[in-house]
Amino acid sequence: MTKPSLAVWKFASCDGCQLSILDCEDELLAIAGAVDIANFPEASREVKPGPYTVSLVEGSITTPHDRERIQEVRAQSGVLVAIGACATAGGIQALRNFSDVKGFTDAVYASPQYISTLETSTAISDHVKVDFELHGCPIDKYQLIRVLTDLLQGRTPLLPSESVCLDCKRAGVVCVMVTKGEPCLGPVTHTGCNALCPSYNRACFGCFGPKNTPNTTALADRCTENLGLEDEQMIRLFRTFNAGAPAFRTESERYENQNH
Amino acid sequence: MKTKTIKVDYLARVEGEGALSIAIQDNKLDHVHLKIFEPPRFFEGFMRGREFSEAPDITARICGICPVAYQMSSAHAMEAACGVTLDGPLRELRRLLYCGEWIESHVLHMYMLHAPDFLGYESAIHMAADHAEVVKRGLHMKKVGNAIVNLLGGREIHPINVRLGGFYKIPPLEKFRELAEQLKTVRDEAVTTAQWAAGLDFPDFTQDYTFVALSHPDEYPFNEGRVISSDGLDLDVNDYETRFKEQHEERSTALHSVLDNHITYFVGPLARVNLNYDQLSLLTRQVADDICWERGCNNPFKSILARALETIYACDEAIRIIDELEMPEAPFVPVEPKAGVGCAATEAPRGILYHRYTIDEQGLIQNAKIVPPTSQNQRVIEKDLYHFVEQVMHEPDDKIQWQCEQAIRNYDPCISCSTHFLNLKVTRS
Repeated sequence: MTKPSLAVWKFASCDGCQLSILDCEDELLAIAGAVDIANFPEASREVKPGPYTVSLVEGSITTPHDRERIQEVRAQSGVLVAIGACATAGGIQALRNFSDVKGFTDAVYASPQYISTLETSTAISDHVKVDFELHGCPIDKYQLIRVLTDLLQGRTPLLPSESVCLDCKRAGVVCVMVTKGEPCLGPVTHTGCNALCPSYNRACFGCFGPKNTPNTTALADRCTENLGLEDEQMIRLFRTFNAGAPAFRTESERYENQNH
Repeated sequence: MKTKTIKVDYLARVEGEGALSIAIQDNKLDHVHLKIFEPPRFFEGFMRGREFSEAPDITARICGICPVAYQMSSAHAMEAACGVTLDGPLRELRRLLYCGEWIESHVLHMYMLHAPDFLGYESAIHMAADHAEVVKRGLHMKKVGNAIVNLLGGREIHPINVRLGGFYKIPPLEKFRELAEQLKTVRDEAVTTAQWAAGLDFPDFTQDYTFVALSHPDEYPFNEGRVISSDGLDLDVNDYETRFKEQHEERSTALHSVLDNHITYFVGPLARVNLNYDQLSLLTRQVADDICWERGCNNPFKSILARALETIYACDEAIRIIDELEMPEAPFVPVEPKAGVGCAATEAPRGILYHRYTIDEQGLIQNAKIVPPTSQNQRVIEKDLYHFVEQVMHEPDDKIQWQCEQAIRNYDPCISCSTHFLNLKVTRS
């Protein structure tokens, strides 16, 4: 029986999510035994032709060329999994969606006329059908292994979509919002990090994006009314690595529109 | 007239997206272009208006391979703007965190990205079929390097525990002690790595380079030092931009950096080892002698040996820091915003990473400038390719292509950092 094939694709990103595969130091050779790693340029020169059983797609769509390329990737992929905040929500570079991108190119490049870029940074699902989204900035490597295992066994991957708060409670981590008055995105953020930041005495800043059915407005109201945050701070709070995720975008825009 | 083009449309085993094009006309080299097409992400643009305290978390996202470097350069630049200097255990712990990143990044490059070129494999996974023990050794070393970042940073990629003034939380001492035990094994493995790497077959290729690195009177450089070069430059970091300038070329979404408007220079492990050899630990220097390391080595293919030596050093230094570690009184010192400019350069695994920020009295960022190591190395990579192709032009195209890729990988280019990637194209006429 031929092994299922795995392809890894990069769009606009930091490479961190695909690096998670190479960071599976104990599991990497077993993964390579279970699947045929057919296209993974960060790790191998070898490129085998598609179609591929599973494609992992990292990064967001930010250029005209990438907008075309993702269509080709989709056409060659049996199952397409978007990995990380860039692929699922546009990433930190989606901050351009709220600004004038020309202002950005002028700020970074001395000869901005050489730069070809779109006005927006968008998620993979804005362009093609995505079969599964794995959240996080970066993703959690154990979740990745679990999703791959499920897919290879023909199961639909099922990961919890509750909030970070529940992880804190289970781990016995003291609430940073209640006890220290810190603006914590834990109540509206997707689980997956095992409540990492609160366990390091800091407020969650939303790496895993919005949870299923988040009540962002209630959280934001508490931050402004009880913790004394200004509108500008609220906008920044919701605008980091998952700024383009609908729930976070809507909430930040609510504050922006209030201002203007 | 006979023209031949060798093209690599998507360079493998580098971080990010790049391409290479070589054109040979009538057996004479016409051009070599390293093209970087990594989509730009405009960090300096959207940093404007963000809070100074956000810089470590945001700039980490420039690079998933060396996020600690971005956190270190941004934190030190902001602290410089606000007049805060860390010392004692907090300073030591930042060095420890950097040791972890150097180990994991150097081992990743040596074993998974570079060694397959020397041994003729497409990847480390292919290599594992014949050299399982070697690959497993690399994976173990990388895991322990990552364990340092994991413990002190909270996670390997985009650590969450770095803040202005120090850390959010200091893990308990016994956790560090457990790590030190593992590091002793990794140090032995690093020595084995250097001996093993010294036995690889290196192309006979040397160039006259200007090496640039940080230098500190008391230690091998991580987080601070003066900017020095093999040609006698000795510069305060605050004056960096008076001598180093970035240029923008059409074929690339990355900026190229030059010294004094025209000098191509070389940053990274080979530059650091050459310029700071005497600051390496005794064991590192002994191993260097054992493998007949040539002081002032100017064969870029031997950068794998420089990485191996620095890996031994990073293990030694991490063990020293843990042995002497005293718990700081508080996990961080307060950093209050102060209107002004702050800059810092630290030694990322791939070389100097320079950050400069202007902030206002509320701590909002007015301006940001970031010069990653790969932007600084891009010109020297192209120059190497140019001379190297002349040397191997008579070889078959597939061999030229592979060796050129290897020559690029000598620099462990991080195109995500420099906003670039590589594709190879050779044209012959």
